[in-house]
Amino acid sequence: MAVRGTSVLTRIAQAIPVLFGVIVISFVLTRALPGDPAVQFAGIMATPETIEETRAKLGLDKPLPEQFVVYLGQLFQGDLGQSVSTGRPVLTELASRLPASLELTLSALVLSCLVAVPLGVLAATRPGSWIDQICRLLVTMGVSLPTFFTGVMLIYIFYYLLGIAPSPLGRLDFIYLDPPHVTGFFLIDAALVGDWETWFGALKQLILPAITLALFTLAPIARMTRAAMLSALSSDYIRTARAAGLGSGRILYGYAFRNALLPVVTTLGMVFSFVLGANVLVEKVFAWPGIGSYAVEALIVSDYAAVQGFVLAMAFLFVFLNLVIDLAYSLIDPRFGTSGK
Amino acid sequence: MNKIVSSATDAASVNSAQANAPATPAKPKSGAFAHLVYVLRENPVTGLAFGMFALLIFAAIFGPMIVPYDPLATDAASVLQPPSFAHWFGTDNLGRDVFSRVVVATRLDLVISVAAVALSFVIGSFLGAIAGYRGGWTDITLNRVLDTIMAFPLFVLAMGVVAALGNSVANIIYATAIINIPFYARLVRAEVNIRRNAGFTLAAKLSGNSDARILAFHIFPNALPPMMVQVSLNLGWAILNAAGLSFIGLGVRPPTPEWGIMVAEGANFIVSGEWWLALFPGLSLMIAVLTFNLMGDGLRDIVDPRRRT
Repeated sequence: MAVRGTSVLTRIAQAIPVLFGVIVISFVLTRALPGDPAVQFAGIMATPETIEETRAKLGLDKPLPEQFVVYLGQLFQGDLGQSVSTGRPVLTELASRLPASLELTLSALVLSCLVAVPLGVLAATRPGSWIDQICRLLVTMGVSLPTFFTGVMLIYIFYYLLGIAPSPLGRLDFIYLDPPHVTGFFLIDAALVGDWETWFGALKQLILPAITLALFTLAPIARMTRAAMLSALSSDYIRTARAAGLGSGRILYGYAFRNALLPVVTTLGMVFSFVLGANVLVEKVFAWPGIGSYAVEALIVSDYAAVQGFVLAMAFLFVFLNLVIDLAYSLIDPRFGTSGK
Repeated sequence: MNKIVSSATDAASVNSAQANAPATPAKPKSGAFAHLVYVLRENPVTGLAFGMFALLIFAAIFGPMIVPYDPLATDAASVLQPPSFAHWFGTDNLGRDVFSRVVVATRLDLVISVAAVALSFVIGSFLGAIAGYRGGWTDITLNRVLDTIMAFPLFVLAMGVVAALGNSVANIIYATAIINIPFYARLVRAEVNIRRNAGFTLAAKLSGNSDARILAFHIFPNALPPMMVQVSLNLGWAILNAAGLSFIGLGVRPPTPEWGIMVAEGANFIVSGEWWLALFPGLSLMIAVLTFNLMGDGLRDIVDPRRRT
């Protein structure tokens, strides 16, 4: 166990330089590029004097390395700057909107895994069959579908034509009250207070955007599951297990699937990158009040502090998720990481 | 020296063609050609993808000349009309012909993605080749920088870059290029690295070639086949990326016809049932991406038959 503990610590330590790099890039994006934040912050009525004054107030007249140190200090205090358009601190805005994005992303991923993993396993156990062909077709179509287009078409079919989906405006219809804030996840919060009507209302709003995102992530997961299962099934230990007369279910799930899981989980890391990006588009289509639509609104009015805060938050989230995935490896496969490099 | 390299790759492809040859009755005139015929017969979808690619190129070059209407001409008399004989894809809220706009948009979308991929191809190859050849600190530094870029969700990084550089089509291209560089740089680095001490490299060195010459003319050409696969897959992704950026209001401004922005405009009318505004640009976008993805898969079968999934 001691070995496992150190390897976990090493992995966490490895994330630190990456995070530092992320901060550097985000700093470069904010400060070192054309465009003058001082002019922006001073407002439309600014005279050259007030611009200079704002520049000094923001610390933009100092040399870049010094600005970077100040920037680091602000980050450590959780200060991502003020949003020009709303006047509120970027961090509070992001924190209040993050649960909405996470709820959408996570439900989409769960949905996607529930469909993609069995599909990949089925396709791998019957290579060349019709189910394999369908899997292949679905996978190729899935990657090629622009998320925002899928979302718009789903709205047309399920809201306009069939009328079974609620209007695509936000997390909850206005006839319901928001559940009391505990986790910020409406489904969990509503279930906690036992308000099943609100729970159902929130679920109805969530289904379409979650399906949109899930369709997009289906492809890489199903493809990787199929490939990993195929290579696991053709390996020597499976032949041995078959020769030893183990049941087919035990061979498939106990041995092949468990070994195929590692590459699938690795793909999840890449899938997260796609999902966090696609999230922005889906949130815009469904007017979902998450951090993605916040960033889009900020982009349109050139609210740089808000956009950079969003980029930084997303990068931190992504690094964190990858860390969790890496740590999950050692749970799935005890051989992994314990040897130590 | 080049001959050694090319004859080596020829020999390799002849070998792989011979391995597959029994399945094809085609006379093995040239190894590569026979292999191509074999792959196309095995997977006719690849042939279809190349056909669709030709169609896209045709639309991009001749599109503005062959469309029935001016893509920017408004017509207040025929607003929001469903598809008909006069307007194949219907008209939008300003009476513009959707078909003309969709066809004309092909050029802009292809130019953005091709330019972005070309940029990342050149920069990525250059960085990757140097890092792979020299190794050591150059290699480590490059890898750290690439890791950092990959630590961002890529679409989000593209948003940030466009926000910082300013909202224009050129910056969409730069942003898309930046997020694609790591894929090329890593690929080239790996390909160069394994050939750094290969026999033909040492022979070239011994006969007095400079490092730059060896890298550019002896080692780098070997990385091209896998690069072509990457380019094709990347083109589809770059189109999606650029269309996504313009969908959220970055880069291309209305009234310029572009698929992403047309879907965004059409999305406002979808809740009132005008489906053709968003459907046709969205479908074209999908078909373009599908074409590049299928082509990439097909190219991979031709270049590297072992990696089929």
